[in-house]
Amino acid sequence: MFKHFIILQWKSFIRSASFKANLMLKIFMGFMALYFIVIFTSLGIGSYYLIEKQDLGDPLQVVNKYLIYYLVIDLAFRYAIQKMPITNIKPLLYLPITTNKIVHFSLVKTAISFFNLVHSFFFVPFSIVLVIEGYAPLGVIGWHLAMMALFYSNNFLNVLLNNKDSVLIPIAGIFTVLVISQYYGFFDITVYMAPVFQAFYNSPWFTLLPWALAIFLYFTAFTYFKKHMYLDAGLSQKKTFAKTEDFTWLDRFGSLAIFLKNDIKLIKRNKRSKMTVLTSILFLFYGLLFFTGAIESYDGPVWKIFAGIFISGGFLFTFGQFVPSWDSSYYPLLMSQNITYKDYLNSKWYLVVIATLISTLIAAFYLYFGWDAYLAVLVGAVYNMGVNSYLVLWGGAYIKTPIDLTSNKKAFGDKQSFNLKTMLLTMPKLVLPLMIYGVGHYTISPTAGYIFVVLTGIAGFAFKNYVFKKIEKIYKKEKYKTLLAYKQAS
Amino acid sequence: MIEAEHLTKRYNDQVVLNLENLEIPRGQSFGLVGNNGAGKTTFFSLLLDLIQPTTGHIISNGVRVDQSEAWKSFTSSFIDESFLIGYLTPEEYFYFIGELRGRNKADIDAFLVQFEDFFHGEILGQKKYLRDLSKGNQKKAGIVASFIGNPQVVILDEPFANLDPTTQIRLKGIIKDLAAKEKVTVLVSSHDLIHVTEVCERIVVLNKGEIVRDIRTSAETLKELESFFAG
Repeated sequence: MFKHFIILQWKSFIRSASFKANLMLKIFMGFMALYFIVIFTSLGIGSYYLIEKQDLGDPLQVVNKYLIYYLVIDLAFRYAIQKMPITNIKPLLYLPITTNKIVHFSLVKTAISFFNLVHSFFFVPFSIVLVIEGYAPLGVIGWHLAMMALFYSNNFLNVLLNNKDSVLIPIAGIFTVLVISQYYGFFDITVYMAPVFQAFYNSPWFTLLPWALAIFLYFTAFTYFKKHMYLDAGLSQKKTFAKTEDFTWLDRFGSLAIFLKNDIKLIKRNKRSKMTVLTSILFLFYGLLFFTGAIESYDGPVWKIFAGIFISGGFLFTFGQFVPSWDSSYYPLLMSQNITYKDYLNSKWYLVVIATLISTLIAAFYLYFGWDAYLAVLVGAVYNMGVNSYLVLWGGAYIKTPIDLTSNKKAFGDKQSFNLKTMLLTMPKLVLPLMIYGVGHYTISPTAGYIFVVLTGIAGFAFKNYVFKKIEKIYKKEKYKTLLAYKQAS
Repeated sequence: MIEAEHLTKRYNDQVVLNLENLEIPRGQSFGLVGNNGAGKTTFFSLLLDLIQPTTGHIISNGVRVDQSEAWKSFTSSFIDESFLIGYLTPEEYFYFIGELRGRNKADIDAFLVQFEDFFHGEILGQKKYLRDLSKGNQKKAGIVASFIGNPQVVILDEPFANLDPTTQIRLKGIIKDLAAKEKVTVLVSSHDLIHVTEVCERIVVLNKGEIVRDIRTSAETLKELESFFAG
């Protein structure tokens, strides 16, 4: 039976409309995965000797001390990036397959994901080094197995978290409090957790406990999904109380108001787009990593522009990236209505520009780090509005993945609201301004670097009509392909 | 009003539509029938420039639809749910379409009054988004939206499917009136032979992409169609 599921999964992968684009990206992501594997492996081998050399104490104990944070960060990453099990459940429900099997398959599928495997690249070499360096082999094996169990626990916990906000919010709250209290020295969780992890080494049979936890979580997730495998429960979409809204204050935008109103409703009323806006708010705080000097490698002058682009451009990247896709479910309507591409694109452009302005205003708190920091944000904003705003609209024409706006409401929804692909496509928009700044900075002066970037942005504004005509042409050319791709839901 | 010449649509080697010549005069209520895969939706999609013809073209009111977008201002349609915006309430959806067609809120409110019967109290003021309405009610909203803004061409794909009997009867009245009183060219496709014969002045039967019958509706039409499809 599992064989059938696997075949179905494989077919849905190779027969999807975005397969070709996907394949390129998948190859790219393969390289990314390889990169992480190399990093993790070298960390696994090197960290023992590094800790010893730095004289930080017993390597195993040092690792155990920070393990709790490792686990938490792992969980956070999973929550943000790991996709939830999606098998086409509905058509299977009517067939003579037991519900148990469907649920088991969906859950087991998550267990073999990259997110679980990548840790072995650290823990396997690390454990081997431990044995070589004379730690008790049985203890190391116990400890290692315990770690595996904990990552699987995270895996199934994530499955639950993704579906229950009521579980997510308290957990996120508790960890925020813990981090803050550790930072200010009120309470140090690592003191209490380190001995627990150490215990797996000292008494290997303790390992049974985390395995019991992992199995428990598996079955909790299992019962949760099984209970919700009904069309009117987990597989249905929640109905919300709707209110007709006018947004008459937008009428000042003339003919664009029609679309702007619609876009605001789109953002407000769909979970998927709300997630996107939340993500873009997180981007606002990204600059803290740069300006507080928290990460050394970000200290180079060029990185300030990088931060500036990110801080003001959160919405531009997360929303703008998918511009026609947001309207994928009713694209045929838009294409047969009395709409010109110019108006359509223009309204999206305004939306992105307005959001960039708002982000820039909110980012005024960076003034705390001095004028220079905020100047970088302003320069980044000009570049975003003048250049990146076109680039995202342009790139969007080629992203033909339909977006199911309501997907987050399904028990087995596809949680792609923020994924690796989005990040990858963001890169070209970031590298160019860095180079422009670098040229000014290193040949003349830092101010010249800023001026160069701002001028590029302003030049972008000046060419708006020209660029729009080009983008319009691309949209027109891609129209039929896009319509066809959107017809295939996910 | 509408003219298709040498129009074909091919996917790989398979010809899904092949119309040597088809002319639909202004104000005609035109019915398209045929089994699955006969090419009905393909023809409508070509009319709306949602797909590209392999050869030939369609001219609607003097506009070649695959070259100019001027047809959009006098054509409206409801093909399937992808013509609805799920996260809007029906009212908002009507206002949106209205604004695109140069009608303000008051115009739309006045326009909607005549459809109160048709809506049967299940569309307006329901505090529900379109995506949360039942299939039949979604269809009602979509069909009515396609009447907004005095279009000269209205295209409805399978408008009777999923509707309850009362609404079907009302819709038939509306479509007849559109063509007879307002000189609107109405194109309707259906699997229900009784409905089409009641509503349409002219019925074209498609089979595997080709026109096999072109009938001016009369008392015998239904029998003729039934015997054709009985094969």
